[in-house]
Amino acid sequence: MIYWELFLAFFLPGILGYGGGPATIPLIEYEVVHRYNWMTVEEFGEVLALGNALPGPIATKMAGYIGYAEAGIPGMIAALTATIAPSLILMIALVGLLMKFRDSPKVKQLSAAVRPTIAVLLGAMTIRFLETAYEGSGALHTVLIAGVSFYLLEKRSVHPVWVILGALLYGALFLGG
Amino acid sequence: MARSQPTDGKKLQRQLFAGFFRVGMLGYGGGPASIPLIQKEAVDTYQWMDEEEFADILAIGNTLPGPIATKMAGYIGWRKAGALGMANAIAASVVPTVILMVILLVSLASFREYSWVQGMTQGVLPVVAVMLGVLTWSFLKKASVSMGGTAAAGLAVVSAVLIEWLGLHPAFLIAALILIVLGRRSRT
Repeated sequence: MIYWELFLAFFLPGILGYGGGPATIPLIEYEVVHRYNWMTVEEFGEVLALGNALPGPIATKMAGYIGYAEAGIPGMIAALTATIAPSLILMIALVGLLMKFRDSPKVKQLSAAVRPTIAVLLGAMTIRFLETAYEGSGALHTVLIAGVSFYLLEKRSVHPVWVILGALLYGALFLGG
Repeated sequence: MARSQPTDGKKLQRQLFAGFFRVGMLGYGGGPASIPLIQKEAVDTYQWMDEEEFADILAIGNTLPGPIATKMAGYIGWRKAGALGMANAIAASVVPTVILMVILLVSLASFREYSWVQGMTQGVLPVVAVMLGVLTWSFLKKASVSMGGTAAAGLAVVSAVLIEWLGLHPAFLIAALILIVLGRRSRT
């Protein structure tokens, strides 16, 4: 059943993603692209790019859109609930207990311990996107767009919206043939 | 913490909505980037709590998994105005941007057969790769600061082998790591 699958697909990233929304992105990709085959890598990339160009938390934008695309408004609600509710319920229920441990180094180890794994998942996703770009538009365009956007984003601190709009325009003009 | 009086309940709900709506619409770079905006609304603009309290809540939010922005919105809404406040604050921070996403992507999809739209999809892939690459690097850097370079590299290699080559679902690995850390805690 699609609603249950949507719930599961976003429940796991929500409950395992230490480090906020961005840490859940590779987990979401794993479920959406590899496990349930709702989207191809390209489609997921497009959704992620537009999500990054828009304001607001990224995990809920992804969940909301993918839920909607797969099963309309109820699908959107299922995916959003799965993303938001579990960790929020934990927080409200355990806030007193957690208050005692908030400065404990052991608690900090929790998000530290999963960081290398999240990094590997993010790295693998990076490679998949580069591969897909290379297959679709060749080495020259891929390296050019990646190089220019890295320079603009990281060295010149240009806002991601402009870089993504620029890449969309470049793609429409030069990669559409 | 006392809930607000029923007389100013409506005003509080309006403020919760306005505050978290601004957070949602102005926060670029995902939930963690919107934390300073939440602090500004909760501590400075509406004085729902003082700075110290906010720091406590943020620290607790960070010990739990999942998106941080909705945990903060939900918890602050719940504390100030009960279940309705919670739903209100979450809706304000999530719904507008989800609607924007749906409108944009659905209208883009209706042009899908045009080759220039397919070109747009292609053009944006390397940018996504760069953003993910930067995110990867920041996670690696933070990992090596908090647990030492050797341990971080070792864990990264083990994760890569298990997930990418042996096809293990990442959930098992992350759950195992969490259990190991928690298990260690009970001994000390």
